[in-house]
Amino acid sequence: MLGLKGLNRSASPAAGVTLRRRFGWLSGALATQTFGPLLVLLGFGLVFSLTTSTFLAAGNFSIIAQQCVIEGTLAVGQTVVMLTAGIDLANGAITVLGTIIAARLVSENYAALPALLLAAAACTAAGFASGALISRLRLPPFIVTLGMLGIVTAAARLYSGGQSFPVTDPLLGWTGNGLSFGGATITNGIVLVLVLYAVVWYMLTQTGWGRHVYAIGNNREAARLVGIKVGRTVLSVYLLAGFLYGIGAWLALGRIPNADPNALQTANLDTITAVVIGGTSLFGGRGGVVGTLIGTLIVAVLRNGLTLMEIDPLWQDMVTGVLVILAVATDQLSREARMS
Amino acid sequence: MTQDDRKIIFEARGVTKRYGHVVALDGVDFELRAGEVLAVIGDNGAGKSTLTKVLSGAVVPDEGELRLDGAPIRFSSPIDARRRGIETVYQDLAVAPALDIASNLFLGREYRRPGVLGRVFRQLDKRRMRDEAAHYLAELKFRIPSIGSAVEGLSGGQRQGVAVARAGMFASRLVIMDEPTAALGVRESGQVLDLIRSIRARGLPVILISHNMPQVFDIADRIHIMRLGRRVALTTPDRHTMAEAVAIMTGAAPGEHIGHPSQDKA
Repeated sequence: MLGLKGLNRSASPAAGVTLRRRFGWLSGALATQTFGPLLVLLGFGLVFSLTTSTFLAAGNFSIIAQQCVIEGTLAVGQTVVMLTAGIDLANGAITVLGTIIAARLVSENYAALPALLLAAAACTAAGFASGALISRLRLPPFIVTLGMLGIVTAAARLYSGGQSFPVTDPLLGWTGNGLSFGGATITNGIVLVLVLYAVVWYMLTQTGWGRHVYAIGNNREAARLVGIKVGRTVLSVYLLAGFLYGIGAWLALGRIPNADPNALQTANLDTITAVVIGGTSLFGGRGGVVGTLIGTLIVAVLRNGLTLMEIDPLWQDMVTGVLVILAVATDQLSREARMS
Repeated sequence: MTQDDRKIIFEARGVTKRYGHVVALDGVDFELRAGEVLAVIGDNGAGKSTLTKVLSGAVVPDEGELRLDGAPIRFSSPIDARRRGIETVYQDLAVAPALDIASNLFLGREYRRPGVLGRVFRQLDKRRMRDEAAHYLAELKFRIPSIGSAVEGLSGGQRQGVAVARAGMFASRLVIMDEPTAALGVRESGQVLDLIRSIRARGLPVILISHNMPQVFDIADRIHIMRLGRRVALTTPDRHTMAEAVAIMTGAAPGEHIGHPSQDKA
């Protein structure tokens, strides 16, 4: 299969050096480790462009982009968490809680803006709770966020009374609005997601905070020894993730105008899939949001293309599963190669 | 000896540390003088690593006093000690492998861009850090492929070299090296020793804790020998042979009575 050897990062350090020299202006934005995923994305795009007559169209691309907004946003939070060698299983549940809070408050005649802010605050608080347990009590992220998944899911169902709330308010649905031209619709949500990626990319690559996030995922003890406040940084990461899930809730309200307590149940695993396919290591310290954007697009393009080819949807899961395993295997092998 | 006349930078007087009934340090004296590499040797359990921890701020002694440039001082943590200009290099490679060399050198002490970009947008001044890192490494004659290459692409010796260079770059008073070559091969150790020499040549005194006698006799100006929680001898590679030093260390030969540094005689 095309470019799979370089799925996660370039095969040899020498290739990496040449790449960096040739594309020096892109360094950071497009690290060598995002090159493999980019090739995979372009490869799938090429295949679907040749095998279907409907894939290569502005309208179809805008549909793919709209399908990406919610999980694409949750995946940004997941990326930052995974860079510290953590994991977040509660992201979908936290987002759902946000949608329920905002929609229910508005259905009870509260103004949309405070309802939305309260929902975002609740999501941020949930992230803070995970982060505090992980950084202060040193509990494993997997267990803490598994617990949060249960707690937050139950809270959302209790607060909703098991029912869903239709979204009619223009502010709650704002992210679904947009401009159409030539059959393509650029929603406010798509623009917002791209802005989020840009902001988090900047934070990760251009600030000391970002360096510390990578260093903690890379070598926690070394980070502590050089004086990085490891606990505080880890806490800030989960706090940021929670805030992003709050924005994800707003995006979800715009995408599907119905706040459903049973939505987004597989978002946690789907975002891990996208993050890993995008080249971020499960072991922390490597990767970034550019890769995650590509990883999210790979999954979405795959689903879209296979649907257009009228192939049984089960094959989408099959191919995605294969990609995840290949991505993790590439990461593992390249880590071993570098550490030897 | 001229070395014994140099100014004392860092000293410990009568430092005692007990762990339950075990006396790890039994009133140990220690002094590091300007511009020297002082090796600390001792058998396992002699108190070498406890002394290192006291000097680097990781352990607070029960009794005794530390003095930095003659002034009594207490460290609450290694970070506290570092704030006073004491950097410590550890045996295991304390680097972030996926980050590049310049990022590792400045890790935890990043420069921000001047003006609004740095103050409000917190933007790193990557160029300045790279330039300063490259300049400093050239001064140390530490050869690396490129300041922008990831540390994981380096050899073990070069990786430890990055940790040593970082300490040398930020220490204003002295550097403590705790078995810096224990995880390295002979050739790689040589690279690290060369760096230690470069750091000394720039005027920073170095405390080298090591098991490796040939290394100690190769690089040290003076040798502090620990036994049973005390300093049993303070010598130089000229005064004693390696075999004699080992004999003192293990108790096979008597140490020298060492009192105040002014009475310090061979």
